[in-house]
This record gives sequence, C-alpha cells and structure tokens, in this order.
Amino acid sequence: MNVEITGAKIFLRLPFGILITETQVNMWIIMLAIAILCKWLTHNLKVKPEGKRQVVAEYLVNMSNKFVTSNMGDRFKNFSPFIGTLFAFSLLCSLSGLLGMYPPTADLNTTIGWATVTFVMIVYYKIKANGLGGYLKGFMEPIPVLAPFNVLGEFSTPISMAIRMFGNISTGVVISTLVYAALAWLSSLALQWLPGVLSGIPVLQLGVPAILSIYFDLFSGALQSFIFCMLTVLYIAQASKGD
Amino acid sequence: MERAIIMAACAIGAGISMFGGIGPGIGEGYAVGKACEAIGRQPETKGDVTSTMLMGCAVAETTGLYSLIIAMLLIFVAPGLFIGRL
Repeated sequence: MNVEITGAKIFLRLPFGILITETQVNMWIIMLAIAILCKWLTHNLKVKPEGKRQVVAEYLVNMSNKFVTSNMGDRFKNFSPFIGTLFAFSLLCSLSGLLGMYPPTADLNTTIGWATVTFVMIVYYKIKANGLGGYLKGFMEPIPVLAPFNVLGEFSTPISMAIRMFGNISTGVVISTLVYAALAWLSSLALQWLPGVLSGIPVLQLGVPAILSIYFDLFSGALQSFIFCMLTVLYIAQASKGD
Repeated sequence: MERAIIMAACAIGAGISMFGGIGPGIGEGYAVGKACEAIGRQPETKGDVTSTMLMGCAVAETTGLYSLIIAMLLIFVAPGLFIGRL
C-alpha cells in the first residue's frame, strides 16, 4: 500500500526563487470563475428586476450589506465589498476540493496572506482610533512588565486565524487521502479472486468518500469561511472603538 | 536502526500531541449542551443560538488544531530533519 500525502505541487520555478504552485494556479482559476460569475450576474441590470438573475444578484449584495452593518454598524458600510469578496473567494477555494482540485486554503501561505490583510487593517484602525502614541501605550497595560505578552497577543490574532482555516481544510485533505488509500486496499482484498485487471478496480472508492467530502469540504469549508469573515468584521469593529 | 528509532519517536510524539484533542472535545460538548438548553427554554431563538454556537465551537477548536499541526509536522517534516544528520 502506497500513500502519498504531499502539499501543493510546484509547476514552474521562476528565477529569484519564485515558485508557481498548484495553489496559485487553482486560485487563478477561482478568480476567473468569480469574475465570470459577477459579470454574468450583473450585466444588463434593470430598475425593475425582470429575471431571476437580477433577483439573485440583489439578494447576495443585500446579504453582504446586512451582515456588515449588523455586526459593525452603519459607519462601516463601505466594508461590505471587501467582506463579500473575502467570503466568496474563501468559500469557493474550500469548495474547489469537491471538484478534485487541491483546495488553495489547504496551503498555509494562502491563509497567512488573508490573515495578514486583516492584521494590517486591525492595526490601522487601532492607530486611527487611539493615535500612534495611544496604540503603543496600549501594550503597557495594565503594567509595563506585561508588554512582551501583549505584543505576543497582538501577533497571535492573525496566526490563530490563519491556522484555524488551514488546519480545518488540510485535515480534510489528509484524511480523505488516507481513506482513499484504505478503500483501495480493502477493495483489492475483497476482489482478489477475480482474474487479471479486474481485481485492481477500486470498487469501494465509489460513493463512500462522498460522505467525508460532505463534512470536510461542504460543511467545514463553508463554516470556516463564515468564521474568518465574522472574526475579521468583529476585530476591525472592536479595534476602531478605541479605549 | 537510527532511522527506525527516529521514525518511532516521531510517531509516538505525534500520538501524544493529539491528546490536545481532548480539550476542544469537552469544551465544544459543553457549549452544544448549553445551546440545547437555551433552545429548549426559548425555541424561537434557535437561529441566533445555533449560529453563535457554531462560531464559538469553531473558535474553541483552535487549540485542537494546533496539536493537529504539531502532529502533522512530527509525521511529515521532523523525520527528514533528523535522519542521517545525527
């Protein structure tokens, strides 16, 4: 029995150590899919909706607006496109595992990138609310001795966000690979009385992994994208309040 | 021989690190139980309670995922660091 659990494959090595990996290629495909979907949903809009297409588009935009304003307040209404994009992108990235692609969110680089964006925004809004001095002074509370722990706590926010998403999705990839290998072994054991090539057909791989896929790809992927957006929204809203 | 000892040590370490899965299990079970109580008391708040509970569960899961990452590092990365270098 031969099990290969690997990360994203490297397709191309560019000079200066830049690598084009499966993650990036899959992300480009997903970006293209989102762009085409948006174009298709929003072309030829009417004041009075005629088809289902415009109703769906308006529903999605309204949902994103409602999510942002109910969690952050009306002041942050212009955050809606960012949060909507983040949600759609991370959701489709996780769901791409259903098509047999390597989900880009199973690569730590992707999630670290998104978490860094969130982290920069949190720091920006904290500085905007308290001033640079107030932000630095926040590390000295309640007593200056605790400053190293406060700095660690500040950096643990993006790291835990990134690892939460990566851990959930990559667990799915690892466990599905193990289950596929085990099913291939089991079916070769069950079919070994058949002659020739027939015994090598992994019959048990049909259907059984779908149950795992529903949990790991559909449920876990959707939940983790929702939580990533929710945490982004909550942290930014909290940071902009000031002390 | 050296290789066998390193692989065994990494596998045992990975197994031990997954003890970290106990904590989130207990914590999430407690959260779900409390959510069930809340829904039983006020069935009309089911939607809000469920979404808050899922959110809390996913956050509570983080420590378990940390131990999972350590276990995966021990299995896939650590043997390569030590084999042939000791």
